[in-house]
Amino acid sequence: MEETMTQPRQVAGFGRDLKSEEMVISMGPQHPSTHGVLRLELVVDGEVVVDVIPHIGYLHRCFEKHCEHMTNYQQVIPYADRMDYVAAMSNEFGYVVACEKLLKIKVPERVEYIRVIMAEFSRIVSHLIAIGTYGMDIGAFTPFLYCMRDRERVLDIFEQTCGARLLYNYMWIGGLSHDVPAGFTEKVKDFCRYFRSKIKELNDLLSYNKIFIKRTANVGVLPAAVALNYAVSGPVLRGSGVKWDLRKNDPYSVYDRFDFEIPVGQGLKGTVGDCWDRYMVRIHEMEQSVNIIEQAVDGLPAGDIASAIPKRIRPDAGDVYVRTETPKGELGYYIVSDGTATPFRVKVKSPCFVNLSALPAMSRGAMIADIVAILGSIDIVLGEVDR
Amino acid sequence: MTPQQIFESLKSRFGEAVLEAKIDAFPDPWIRVAPAKLREICLYLRDDGEMLFDVLMCLSGMDYRAGKLGVVYHCDSTAKHHRIVLKTEFTDADPHVASVESVWKTANWHEREAFDLYGIVFDGHPDLRRILMPDDWRGFPMRKDYQVPEFYNGMKVPY
Repeated sequence: MEETMTQPRQVAGFGRDLKSEEMVISMGPQHPSTHGVLRLELVVDGEVVVDVIPHIGYLHRCFEKHCEHMTNYQQVIPYADRMDYVAAMSNEFGYVVACEKLLKIKVPERVEYIRVIMAEFSRIVSHLIAIGTYGMDIGAFTPFLYCMRDRERVLDIFEQTCGARLLYNYMWIGGLSHDVPAGFTEKVKDFCRYFRSKIKELNDLLSYNKIFIKRTANVGVLPAAVALNYAVSGPVLRGSGVKWDLRKNDPYSVYDRFDFEIPVGQGLKGTVGDCWDRYMVRIHEMEQSVNIIEQAVDGLPAGDIASAIPKRIRPDAGDVYVRTETPKGELGYYIVSDGTATPFRVKVKSPCFVNLSALPAMSRGAMIADIVAILGSIDIVLGEVDR
Repeated sequence: MTPQQIFESLKSRFGEAVLEAKIDAFPDPWIRVAPAKLREICLYLRDDGEMLFDVLMCLSGMDYRAGKLGVVYHCDSTAKHHRIVLKTEFTDADPHVASVESVWKTANWHEREAFDLYGIVFDGHPDLRRILMPDDWRGFPMRKDYQVPEFYNGMKVPY
């Protein structure tokens, strides 16, 4: 039976019955606008896209299989970093929260606050890359450089805290690898002050640019009902006008203590759920992240960041599903423990994977050039799609 | 609704197909159902006015060792703010389960992934082919008894 099941099946688009006007074009796997190695098979009728078939897996590194072959739970964290490598802090966050729930550990307040600060910084970093590369996809090169300049400041803060700029291994089960350095509070406040004015600059430069709006408004509309059926999350879901953010709707860590808004798409420049709405949600989320960081840094309690780190990590048999709001959306960890020191199963519900699966629903009937705009507005990282 | 109420409601409607429930499981209570009835149960969970499970958060293939495979469904309701975990089990000799792609579109890729890595066949899936592994890969890498092949298409695998 295995023989028949592993037979290579006909690759979707090339095998289908095409009408005489239709043609199949391969976009990627090496294409600047696919943000990594992703191949899109476009069935086109002239310039109009009839169907899109994404082919993924080029970056598949068997994350889940690796997890089962670790010697302990802690070793998974550096691998988790490497899924969504532009927002590694958020990946760690979900994993440690899941493990702590499984181990029934209560984490010190100080750790929770620092984690929230780091997770929000990583949201800013991720959104800056999303916005910068999105501008570049559409033909605006300058905003990318502005975004990279501001991102650098956040990376400096990360570097001063834990020594790494991209892949941190910072959040540990029960604690953190380092406490924040001296002068952290001032640096963070400086950044917040600086960054608020830069968001305005970015708005003037890109968000309300006439050409940018022409390219993104009314393009790739995803209605709310379809979005929920595809279980898309993060800015893609909120862009469709659904007020759903796990930080508010299913609070974890200490998010219930902070005062912030959930921005949603309103169709200001076109239809609710178009590319511009998804883009704009990210801009507003950065503002909200700055708010959260300021509140967290003001309320940062004293304490020992290592006091709750367990000596021996051996959870009771059981399973847990924990979802957290990463910059890309709902990142879920389904961890099954069989009572040993190694996870029996770690399944990652990756927001990019799910959001990308909704791409065909957004793109049918669009122009080829719009596919670039739609794909950029989903903001995928192939490291997380393929794991 | 509490997990207990959801279980009782499913039990009264689907009887034999709802096998057991572990309501006191920490932290997520779960219900075990028969693989063949899964689509009907999920459709009911999505559409019933009391349930309204409009989001499938996660779908995970499982290998419980000793030839036992399974699928775990994490369902969430944005309207009613409740969640439930469905589990189903079957043997690797007959790895069939009803597809829920027609209930929640998000299941499409999740099911392809479970097929790809565990060899679970989802009956009724419109496009069941490998997604992460190459199309001509042999075997199901996430199975517990999987042996890494020495060769792939005549090339030596360097591990």
